[in-house]
Amino acid sequence: MAKQITMPLTPETAKTLRAGDSVEITGVIYTSRDAAHKRFCEALDRGEQLPADFRNSVIYFAGPAPAQPGQPIGSVGPTTSYRMDPYSPRMIREAGLTGMIGKGKRSPEVVEAMKERGAVYFGAIGGCAALLAKCVKKAEVIAYEDLGAEAVRRLEVENLPVTVIIDSEGNNLYEMGKARYLASKNS
Amino acid sequence: MREIKSEELTSVIKRLCKEACYYLPRDVRDCIEQNREQEPWAPAREILDKIITNYHIAEEDSVPICQDTGVACVFLDVGQDVHIAGNIEEAVNRGVSEGYTEGFLRKSVVSDPIERKNSGDNTPAMIYYNIVPGDRVTVTVAPKGFGSENMSQIKMLKPADGLEGVKKFILKVCEDAGPNPCPPVIVGVGIGGTFDKAAYMAKKALLRPLDQPNPDKFYADLEEELKEKINDMGVGPQGFGGKTYALQVNIEHYATHIAGLPVAVNIQCHVARHKTEVI
Repeated sequence: MAKQITMPLTPETAKTLRAGDSVEITGVIYTSRDAAHKRFCEALDRGEQLPADFRNSVIYFAGPAPAQPGQPIGSVGPTTSYRMDPYSPRMIREAGLTGMIGKGKRSPEVVEAMKERGAVYFGAIGGCAALLAKCVKKAEVIAYEDLGAEAVRRLEVENLPVTVIIDSEGNNLYEMGKARYLASKNS
Repeated sequence: MREIKSEELTSVIKRLCKEACYYLPRDVRDCIEQNREQEPWAPAREILDKIITNYHIAEEDSVPICQDTGVACVFLDVGQDVHIAGNIEEAVNRGVSEGYTEGFLRKSVVSDPIERKNSGDNTPAMIYYNIVPGDRVTVTVAPKGFGSENMSQIKMLKPADGLEGVKKFILKVCEDAGPNPCPPVIVGVGIGGTFDKAAYMAKKALLRPLDQPNPDKFYADLEEELKEKINDMGVGPQGFGGKTYALQVNIEHYATHIAGLPVAVNIQCHVARHKTEVI
């Protein structure tokens, strides 16, 4: 049974989530990937405001396909998260982010920042982009339109299915899941 | 000599770009569904079920299976008795531009690797020409996503490393990749040739149907052995644990130099898109 999370995601709620939990997210989240993260950090360097208030918010590492007529968004699955590792610690510490949705491994520096803040790293199923797009009810570009697919979008999502990969204590589903499966094979 | 107008090439490529991104090849679906039946770990079966649901939705709604509709890899096997009237490269790129724009496919190409400005229409394509006997042109469009492309590796092994070295390297690439390339994956391998030839064979290997082992028994056995060893690691679909990591290992091989043993591994995620048409 999936845990239901309604945005915003406070550190208090984030800390109740455990690696391996199935979660459904409802509310406002943002998309951002390589190029937009670079601009966020350049804005932080200059002491400028970011294009959205990311405090207690979740960033979905994703660049959607263009929306077809009558649809809010095109296919939208996660991109590989390690490319955002150079930027995520600052987004967590300085911008107040409490959640990220992506796929794949994260660096020790990101996990350290997550533990300090009480933040969570979720995984969405990579390559299930048509299925995930059905959970997006509304999408609008709020910054860096020139980046095309990489522009920052504000999404209103309903029951977006994700899994906690790394929790706020640093427990990691990639290690746990593999170990459990191998133990079941040998038992 | 048979003549083909370049406009015909454009319209075929335009259609193949869209169809490849919406509909997964039959052999890939069959392979995913077989692995679903044989997967012993329940959480892994759930993920494979969602992957199957996803490609059905994409097909019914004519939307991209994955938002990363890739860089367009276009393979042209041009018969030596065909003359294509007009500029081939321009014809291919026009097809890609129109296909990606009209098909609502994501534009994922930057014109310069350092400056990184989006080209706006997913051009240029990566074009691979091959001259073959006959008077036909075989066109394959394979949109290649970069989550899996980024997990690919090449190594110039020493002859002394031998078969064991080759196996060790292929397993290491899969271990390094782990959950990153959206497993389950297809492992394309090129052994021999030169630095670039090995990489090209690894990419070509991804186009071979998943139910067709290498015709050479030695390499077919090696494909099977490696698939088993990779899946024994327990990384599973999405890296959440389970058996199904490699859907298939496809190996291509070629002659090489007395001093060398190049091995390239090109990883392809489960959205293994490619579509072929003969003109």
